[in-house]
Amino acid sequence: MNRLAILGFIIVGVLLFVALFAPWIATQDLATINLPMRYLPPSTEHWFGTDALGRDVFARVVYGARISLRVGIVVVLVSAVVGTVLGALAGYFGGWIDRLMSGYVFNVFLAFPGLLLAIALVAFLGAGLNKLILALCIIGWVGYARLIRGQVLKIREYDFVQAARALGAGDLRILFVHILPNAIQPLIVQASLGMAGAVLAEASLSFLGLGVPPPAPSWGVMIEDARGLDRLQAAPHVLIFPGIAIVLTVLAFNFIGDGLREYLDPRQRKR
Amino acid sequence: MFENSGLGSFKHHIFGFLRRVGLLLLVVWTVVSLVTLLIELVPGDPAVAILGDQATPEQIAQFRAHHGLDRPPFFFSFPEDAGGARHFAWHGADNRYVDYWVALLKGDMGRSFRTDQPVMDLILLRYPATIELALASLLIAVAISIPLGVVAGSNRGTWIDNFSSVVALIGISLPSFVIGPMLVYVFAVKLGWFAPTGSEEWQDIVLPAVTLGAALSAILTRMVRSSVIEELGEDYVRTARAKGLGERKVIYKHVLKNGLIPVVTILGLQLGVLLAGAIITEKIFSWQGLGLLLIDDGIGKRDYRLVQGCVLVISVTYILANSLTDMIYRWLDPRIRVS
Repeated sequence: MNRLAILGFIIVGVLLFVALFAPWIATQDLATINLPMRYLPPSTEHWFGTDALGRDVFARVVYGARISLRVGIVVVLVSAVVGTVLGALAGYFGGWIDRLMSGYVFNVFLAFPGLLLAIALVAFLGAGLNKLILALCIIGWVGYARLIRGQVLKIREYDFVQAARALGAGDLRILFVHILPNAIQPLIVQASLGMAGAVLAEASLSFLGLGVPPPAPSWGVMIEDARGLDRLQAAPHVLIFPGIAIVLTVLAFNFIGDGLREYLDPRQRKR
Repeated sequence: MFENSGLGSFKHHIFGFLRRVGLLLLVVWTVVSLVTLLIELVPGDPAVAILGDQATPEQIAQFRAHHGLDRPPFFFSFPEDAGGARHFAWHGADNRYVDYWVALLKGDMGRSFRTDQPVMDLILLRYPATIELALASLLIAVAISIPLGVVAGSNRGTWIDNFSSVVALIGISLPSFVIGPMLVYVFAVKLGWFAPTGSEEWQDIVLPAVTLGAALSAILTRMVRSSVIEELGEDYVRTARAKGLGERKVIYKHVLKNGLIPVVTILGLQLGVLLAGAIITEKIFSWQGLGLLLIDDGIGKRDYRLVQGCVLVISVTYILANSLTDMIYRWLDPRIRVS
């Protein structure tokens, strides 16, 4: 397995640890407003300094990992499960559900700019964490469905599936016990890249004011909060730390996805 | 048999073209349906959101009638009757969904809930700025990626190659809302070379274009690199070298010409992505384009009619750009046409 993928796993491991043990890692309070202490540079007391309201940037970045990972995990789980079930049914049974999916849903949803669809959904539904997650799931499941449908179409012709059928296994048993476990590998790659996409989308929408509302320490909100000209002049570090957090997270999941893809399919090794 | 194959490929070609156009129409139909029906999901009454809690019932009724909001939303609905029970009601073609379509086909997207200006006018006013920004960032991406990709690909495995791969990877992972404010900090706040926001002077486009084009530069660099590596392994390169052509000439006269075909496709496809991605860049730099219109004037002021128009125009532009590139690419490269 390549070195970048291992680096990715290490970063994600650290991130999970930080998110799980946030209250013990960030000793400073993340919400206490302390105006005399604003714009402090990084120091031993405030590792990442303080922001325009005197809040501890380190604590906010640490708690931000919770929001990012929660959105990523929920979006990927829901999209993958919904996509897998619908994609598998379409691929295995064919018929009208397959015609609807491969003829309409795949072509239309994947021809549409994903971020814009999420923005449109949130614009009409209203901003908020749950609505954001819902919007990302609505655009997210299609990719998994297409992937699994293709896999199922391929695997259902294999000899062991014919053997299972000859032994009298029912359709659902063949699909869920024999076919799907063999179709799962590319799904893991897709899920890893999907985590990167979901983290990025959450930060983007929160940056635009369409995701998690401001006092919450979403990395996107923190960047939007820090980028005013006077604030940028006084304290660029308030912008830089959440920025690094987003970039590292997205990089890590992309490294893992690319690494796994190579590992699972040697034919796709990069030239 | 050979005469027939010409006709057959022609038929195949026409069929493929029609299929593509049909698909395009299907996508556009879905987008229009989405923007017309999503407005039903708005929590609360858009009229109250615009006029405020202080508005009299007469004012609200007048607003609703003016914007057609008093009409049924779709062909059918399930209104509540006096007893509170819901029942099925058929409205026929007399509904807002049809209204929107009929007006749209006449080039009318309704009037802004806030300013009462035609949405089409507002969009046409802002559209050129977004196109300008997308084209500028495309230019920047090409200027960065072709030299970098060629150098990396023709020096495969050296430190130059590794360095440019790392730069490209970071470029892909840097979202515009991170790189944009950082560029503002360095080049506007610290160095003072550019204005932090706005679009008055010609040089104001530099920072937004770099922000929007950064990720594309990185993607293209990787593509140019692998394309150059692939072409360098071809027989014609060996022939060119064998006849004594210098390495520089081999690359610029032979390899680049063939290697750029896939790059051109990606460029075209990315124009659409750039248009959609411009929303965030426009927000960062207060660039007066379609994205800012959508975020600030549309969503920010709950002007849902404007949101509908902006989402529609941005998506259709994106979809058209993608389909056109696809068709042109198929036309250019016969290998793809056949398969």
